[in-house]
Amino acid sequence: MQKKVIFRGRILPIALLAPQLAITILFFFWPAGRAIYQSLLREDAFGLSQEFVGIENFQEVLSDPNWLNAAFNSVVFSGCVAGLALGIALFLAVQADKSLRGVTLYRSLLIWPYAVAPAVSAVLWLFLFQPQVGLIGRWLNAAGVAWDYRLNGTHAMILIVIAAAWKQIAYNFIFFLAGLQSIPASVLEAAAIDGARPSRRFWSIIFPLLSPTTFFLLIVNLTYAFFETFGIIHALTSGGPGQATETLIYKVYVDGVQNLNLGLSSAQSVILMVLVIALTAVQFRAVEKKVHY
Amino acid sequence: MEGIAKPAPTAALAEPIRNDALLRATRRRRIFSRLLAHGALILGVLIVAFPIYMTLVGSTHDAGTIGRGDVPLLPGAHAVENYATAWNEGGGRTHTTPASTMLVNSLIMAVAIAVGKIAISILSAYAVVFFSFPGRMLAFWAIFITLMLPVEVRIIPTFQVIVDLNLGNTWPGLVIPLIASATATLLFRQFFLTIPDEFVEAAKIDGAGPLRFLKDVVLPLSLTNIAALFVILFIYGWNQYLWPLLIINDRSMETIVVGLSKMIGRGDSQNEWNTIMATAVLALLPPVLVVALMQRWFVRGLTETEK
Amino acid sequence: MATLSLRDVKKSFNATQVLHGIDLEVGDGELVVIVGASGCGKSTLLRIVAGLETPTSGQIVINGRDVTGLEPADRDIAMVFQNYALYPHMTVFGNMAYGLKIRGMGRAEIQRRVAAAAEILGIGPLLERKPKQLSGGQRQRVAMGRAIVREPALFLFDEPLSNLDAKLRVQMRAEIRRLQRRLGVTSLFVTHDQVEAMTLGDRLVVMNAGRPAQVAPPMEIFSRPADTYVAGFIGSPAMNFIPASLDQGNASARLADGTLIPFADGPRPGPAGMPITLGLRPEHVEPGEGPGSVPLSVELIEPLGSETVVHGRTPGGMAVTARMSGAFTGDRLPVRLAPTHLHVFDADTGRRLDP
Repeated sequence: MQKKVIFRGRILPIALLAPQLAITILFFFWPAGRAIYQSLLREDAFGLSQEFVGIENFQEVLSDPNWLNAAFNSVVFSGCVAGLALGIALFLAVQADKSLRGVTLYRSLLIWPYAVAPAVSAVLWLFLFQPQVGLIGRWLNAAGVAWDYRLNGTHAMILIVIAAAWKQIAYNFIFFLAGLQSIPASVLEAAAIDGARPSRRFWSIIFPLLSPTTFFLLIVNLTYAFFETFGIIHALTSGGPGQATETLIYKVYVDGVQNLNLGLSSAQSVILMVLVIALTAVQFRAVEKKVHY
Repeated sequence: MEGIAKPAPTAALAEPIRNDALLRATRRRRIFSRLLAHGALILGVLIVAFPIYMTLVGSTHDAGTIGRGDVPLLPGAHAVENYATAWNEGGGRTHTTPASTMLVNSLIMAVAIAVGKIAISILSAYAVVFFSFPGRMLAFWAIFITLMLPVEVRIIPTFQVIVDLNLGNTWPGLVIPLIASATATLLFRQFFLTIPDEFVEAAKIDGAGPLRFLKDVVLPLSLTNIAALFVILFIYGWNQYLWPLLIINDRSMETIVVGLSKMIGRGDSQNEWNTIMATAVLALLPPVLVVALMQRWFVRGLTETEK
Repeated sequence: MATLSLRDVKKSFNATQVLHGIDLEVGDGELVVIVGASGCGKSTLLRIVAGLETPTSGQIVINGRDVTGLEPADRDIAMVFQNYALYPHMTVFGNMAYGLKIRGMGRAEIQRRVAAAAEILGIGPLLERKPKQLSGGQRQRVAMGRAIVREPALFLFDEPLSNLDAKLRVQMRAEIRRLQRRLGVTSLFVTHDQVEAMTLGDRLVVMNAGRPAQVAPPMEIFSRPADTYVAGFIGSPAMNFIPASLDQGNASARLADGTLIPFADGPRPGPAGMPITLGLRPEHVEPGEGPGSVPLSVELIEPLGSETVVHGRTPGGMAVTARMSGAFTGDRLPVRLAPTHLHVFDADTGRRLDP
């Protein structure tokens, strides 16, 4: 799409675009291309020579039990984070939409965790759940639960899920509230007159009308859980104990930066690229479909 | 005042039937709904605030109390010295960078990223919307595609490029790869498309060139969008983790988010939790303040950038 | 079917009182129209009857049941909204069946009712479409269909025709009237359009700032308005108001310029010389020469085709509008203010004065 009335000239616009294009090419396309290229190579043990191996790296990655474990962790982690963050946010948004007094105050008080970095969120929850020092950690141990996320993989997963979901609730809340407020009041009044009680109104009218927003948020939450939560895992568990909390993105870091295995880590990056492209494409379709009437 | 017109009701003012049970049930339902709403929201606010609160409390006690596991629910008396330690010396047993330095680094990074992204995006969107030249759509799609490549996915090859360019451990190396933003460009493009054609025509008649038009007309019109984006991008920049972790080795350039996680070490109970908590509070204060003060722009920025 | 009874219904929003004690009895099968300018409280009143708002005090009685304080679902009512308020994600059939499904009606019975209503309204072929695929008039019909299938005790209409274009509005007006007569459902209809009110209502409630100015059948409201507000609201172009005072034993009106107009039907009560307002509809301002006629200097002529509306001024400077059949041109129009169609109102309170 373009405006009908434009300025003349060709050099100027290209000059204006140049900075962004330069950065885009230098730091997006070139590295992405390199990743794809490197995923088709294998280095020898000393990093001295490279050999073209086609899709062998991919085959190795996809059959590597560690990678499959990371994929499983990613799915579990993302599912839990998305489910928790969406469910709680929707519930709170529905309560906030009841036109109570002080709604703006509640909203202000609920949205600021968005500003907290995932890594910082990890630290905050760490302080609460640390087995010896944390308030909740100590209380759990006193209540008979052998709480130690450094030793127990499930505990570790629970901790990072909580730290990650806590942040996302704010974001989801804003969008859910906006979505709820965009449903015309008269439609809900008509439902009330037709005989629908509040819970029925929610499930048969509000939830379906909210579905574009819900779907969109689901994709965003999954993307967030898959990619942006690196900081939480790195700060809290480093993927442990024993790779129980190693997600796909964390594995890329481990293999690439710590183990310096370029071929395999590039292959993993490429797989993730495909995944994120798919997710983003779906997200755009969801945004387009947002309007019902 | 005429009210009783026709038909002349014989028992018009007789007592109507009341279903008291139904009335009571209705009233109960209404009250319960209201209570549930306030209750849930207050609980939500508390859950959201609780970690922060405990962190604040933790930052006001001394290391011994916390290390013993006696941390109470109320603030203690060591706030000043904890924050002073964090500010001047840094925390953790390895005595990492002082918080004062890290805060400054984070601030530079966040502002540079936010300003950089906004500036570049405005220029790009302006070029794509107000001109016609070969490769225009190609350039636009190229920028658009980068939406699909968050930094975490291209982390290692991008790191290689920086190393090859010898930009490791430098401010440009830290900031520039994060500056190209598709979302901001899309937002501005969408906004520019809504600027009426008459503005451009009037500018041309007045003899203003495209750069003049940008400076005198487009930029002032875009101020609200710029403010909204600034909040979002500042937070994005401040909270960067993976990239600074890789790029920066020099302690004096460390950002506070990364520095904080390094202080945790392995999460032992022998950590200097009080200083760590003080640093955590300092780490989250600026972005939270930005959100709190610019809340309206923040919400607007969120909902706009997802269109 | 039902009777509706409103008893001293008051409503205040914080400090502002919007309804000042409304009493109304609606008979079985009657269509009562509540009409008034924006802000007069008519929509609030309707919403209170529906249960979408709670009155500050007063009672709503439907069919002998006190429904004040009950939710809309428990009142056995149906409502047609100004913007139709159809469920966007359901088909036309789904929209109409929704209320019935909630009440646990069987599929066969739902089918039967929806089909019957669709036939009456002529929307049979639309049953599988979604609202966004329908035109305004079709959506309006679906909204009515949704109300009809419920077979409620009371129909409520909240300015349902305001969003339609003029031609469609006239057509739908007649359809609503025929429908209501055919089904015999007691109905409350809110509008700001006085033509709609006049053509639809068995009785009208003319609302003025939260109070009912007059409750009566249309023709009575037209020919015997209860105060200057009603007189000026109903009828187009609006009634002419002429300030005067009682004279000659209250049997005549004396205008500011001294003209004396004797009342055709008798003296009015009140102190001698009391200020009054005379009302005369433009169609009763007759062109004519002779004794007692006033020469108007013409300011504006509006030709309507079969009639012409002439706006002029008396020599005394008073604005008078006349409505006459046929065409007219010119800058002078002598008119007679015939006493037979004169309305007399108290100048202070605006209330009608009868002999």
